[in-house]
Amino acid sequence: MSEPQMPDPAAPAPDTGPRRAAMAVLAQAHTPEIQQGLAAVADPLRYVELRPVATGLVMVRGRIGGDGAPFNLGEASVTRAAVRMDSGEVGFSYLLGRDHDKARLAAVCDALWQSERCRDAIERHVLAPIRGRLARERTEKREQAAATRVDFFTLVRGED
Amino acid sequence: MLAPAFDDPALASQAVFRTVMEALARPGLPRPLVSKLSVPPPLSKTAAAVALTLLDYETPFWLDHELAAAGEVAAWFTFHTGAPQATDSARATFGFVSDPAAMPPFDAFSPGSLEYPDRSTTLVVQVASFEHGNALALSGPGIAGTRRFSVQPLPPDFRARLVANRETFPRGVDLILVTQDAVAALPRSVRVGS
Repeated sequence: MSEPQMPDPAAPAPDTGPRRAAMAVLAQAHTPEIQQGLAAVADPLRYVELRPVATGLVMVRGRIGGDGAPFNLGEASVTRAAVRMDSGEVGFSYLLGRDHDKARLAAVCDALWQSERCRDAIERHVLAPIRGRLARERTEKREQAAATRVDFFTLVRGED
Repeated sequence: MLAPAFDDPALASQAVFRTVMEALARPGLPRPLVSKLSVPPPLSKTAAAVALTLLDYETPFWLDHELAAAGEVAAWFTFHTGAPQATDSARATFGFVSDPAAMPPFDAFSPGSLEYPDRSTTLVVQVASFEHGNALALSGPGIAGTRRFSVQPLPPDFRARLVANRETFPRGVDLILVTQDAVAALPRSVRVGS
């Protein structure tokens, strides 16, 4: 080994798909939902914060159309947390907004999700109810839109 | 297991930075440095505080044999500072030495170039005390007259190494020496008398 050990951003990520999907659900969760779910999984939660929870800004880039040139759209508040459970798992979260409690709890969920022991419980008690609510909200919105749908049609206009 | 870093990163690293800066400004004058970090051994609390303050993603760090053997030290540095580990000491911006008696010669590290003398390696050396050991008579910038400075432990030819380090000025390595509760510095500008 003679090269500095830099993480290679181009390297294919290990199978992070399911973990990413779990975090995507947590990103849309309300803080009390995560709180209640976690209380059912493990009580009390024993962890240390590896880094103090902190809020910062990230630049959001946009493009107009698929082939537009990227431009800086604006900055968004992002809160990040990193925790280590007493059992050793390390969890991270980066969430839009300034809710420190939510970021901390999401990082705890991420850490617990990684342990074989707790993954099912996290899926069942935390993620499933949130997924359910999101699906309900989506259906409701779709139904509202569907109720006001107007179908236009043209009668055949004939000269003869 | 990964350990936390400063409770209050901004204020704590500013305080450590100030202390290290004053130590470098007055070579051979130990300054008190209090660190409450819990760090993976054999890293010392004070060396860890210096590392958290000075390292970032642009400064590859090198660890001596004992520190590198404890893989947790490199993981801890990388997690909290984002700095990459350099396995080649000549490419490191900071070198950490936990066993000073066995430290590599200064020419194993980067002395910078004449155009960019700042691209040199800064060595952070964990020592036992500033009260025992053979006294070095220091002079140069930051020292009115001469100052006697003792460090223990050090390699037997340490004085000759410092003299050689001064001869290549403005190139050369800077040393930050840390005990359990204090920090002192020997920048490359220091002259060593007999």
